[in-house]
Amino acid sequence: MQSKKTKTLEPQTETKLAELQQTRERRTVLMQGNEAVAYGALDAGVNFFAGYPITPSTEIAEILSVELPKRNGVFVQMEDEIASICAITGASLAGAKSLTATSGPGFSLMQEGIGYAKITETPCVVVNVQRMGPSTGMPTSPAQGDIMQSKWGSHGDSPAIVLYPDSVKESYELTIRAVNLSEKYRTCVILLLDEVLGHMREAVCLPDLANVRVISRIKPTVPPHWYKHYDENQKYLSPLASYGEGYRFHVTGLTHDSHGFPTNKSTEAFEMMERLRKKISYNIRDLVQIESHKMEDATIAIFAAGIVSRAAKAAIVMARAEGIKVGLLRPLTIWPFPDDAVRKMLRNVETVIVPELNQGQFIGEIQRLTKDKSESNVISLQRCDGTLFTPNDILRKIKEVS
Amino acid sequence: MSYEIRLSGSGGQGLILAGIILARAAVIEKKRVTQTQSYGPESRGGYSRADVIISDTDIYFPEATNFNCLLALTQEACDKYLFDLRDSGILIIDTTFVKNLALAAENTYEASFTDIAQEKLGSPISTNIMSLAFLVKITGIVKEDSLKQAIAESVKPAFVDLNHKAMKIGFDLAKNYKK
Repeated sequence: MQSKKTKTLEPQTETKLAELQQTRERRTVLMQGNEAVAYGALDAGVNFFAGYPITPSTEIAEILSVELPKRNGVFVQMEDEIASICAITGASLAGAKSLTATSGPGFSLMQEGIGYAKITETPCVVVNVQRMGPSTGMPTSPAQGDIMQSKWGSHGDSPAIVLYPDSVKESYELTIRAVNLSEKYRTCVILLLDEVLGHMREAVCLPDLANVRVISRIKPTVPPHWYKHYDENQKYLSPLASYGEGYRFHVTGLTHDSHGFPTNKSTEAFEMMERLRKKISYNIRDLVQIESHKMEDATIAIFAAGIVSRAAKAAIVMARAEGIKVGLLRPLTIWPFPDDAVRKMLRNVETVIVPELNQGQFIGEIQRLTKDKSESNVISLQRCDGTLFTPNDILRKIKEVS
Repeated sequence: MSYEIRLSGSGGQGLILAGIILARAAVIEKKRVTQTQSYGPESRGGYSRADVIISDTDIYFPEATNFNCLLALTQEACDKYLFDLRDSGILIIDTTFVKNLALAAENTYEASFTDIAQEKLGSPISTNIMSLAFLVKITGIVKEDSLKQAIAESVKPAFVDLNHKAMKIGFDLAKNYKK
């Protein structure tokens, strides 16, 4: 039993990849956001999925339940989301690249497990296709209510990496990036999607597997008795051994020392907390990705993420036709927050409009950076009714402030 | 040029599948396309709509807001979306369910799609494909062959013939349409 299980978690071999490349369609096809996430996960080398299907993320589980077994991967439908996050954390410690997909209610349940993956520095990815909340809310309606939950959802200080795509193609790309970053930084990376994006279909041509950049965790090179599970001497990115490879380590959600054993010493606690913080904040240039759209001559800027940025782009076309100089700043990585890019935006424009499908979550971050930096006017535009901003909604606001 | 189409009716009428097929036909013709949808939590009944935007340039906002063409299969859907149709937009209604029309638009096309499907194919199940084919023929937004291919790629093999038959009926209805 034990040996069989180890076998299923073997990484894909060269020949297997070549085979898959031949069977995969490489022409332009109509693809759904959720489908793109599933194929992104497969192309990034994910070989373990445990989850509890929930609208509007169901297609991710559905596709992986078919595709993973074909590739010697494992698909498990769990009893709930708490078990799901625990299962992907455990699978990752055994050497798998693991992922789960959920929506708001499940994401809330997963929070403790996400904190566990972060404190134990175990790579894994949680995809949250956001729906209207709170609670069960409106399962088939869009909202951006989980911006703050994705950062602060788990108790204790635990710096987050959260990515946020705006198109089907980008859902594929950022899923791969999420898996890569989780492996590189040994943490739980979160991918946020909007309900509309998860269900939306667009014409997409996926790249050849040979052109997909895949990162896998660094393995220890020291003899087993020298191995430290948390090695702070490695620029905050320490090698990771898997269970069953002969290395001894202890895994606990308690604050721990570099071998993973519980500690109450403040010096060791400080070391661990600093490592969790610094591995994100010292690598902010690697983590932050933004799109700057028509910002060169803009006097008004829109700050928007995900699907809202698409309405903003349409509004920009209309506003510019009338001679109003508007641009868009769009974060692809929302946490860590792109402070530098936002500061630059605040210096260069007179007004910033922040449209979001919630009761005001991004706006607080912009205001945090506004205080001492500039005199630009920051305006919040909120919607929380299960529908999208239309380009006209944003255009109206642009005209109001121009 | 960007062309916005909304297919509307109630859950279970197959409008989202129709939207996917239309979008797939546009992909076959190498056009840019987005297809979005909105529906209630029920699998049958309730409202349902599918939006398809077909364009030669990048599509930013993925939902249809000012339609070039509206297909309404129920009275409720017709009343809800009628006034978002462009001035010169094409309105196609299923007179089996749409009895009152609050707008006298110049480009209105009427046919009792559901009744015709029941009569000619023995079931209303292919109303979506029949009315989609009608829409394609009237608007010319994609080629007939592309639609045929998209249907074959989108439905289970056992149902391809039935849907191609429904498509043919839709094309003929449009060809012989008299105002």
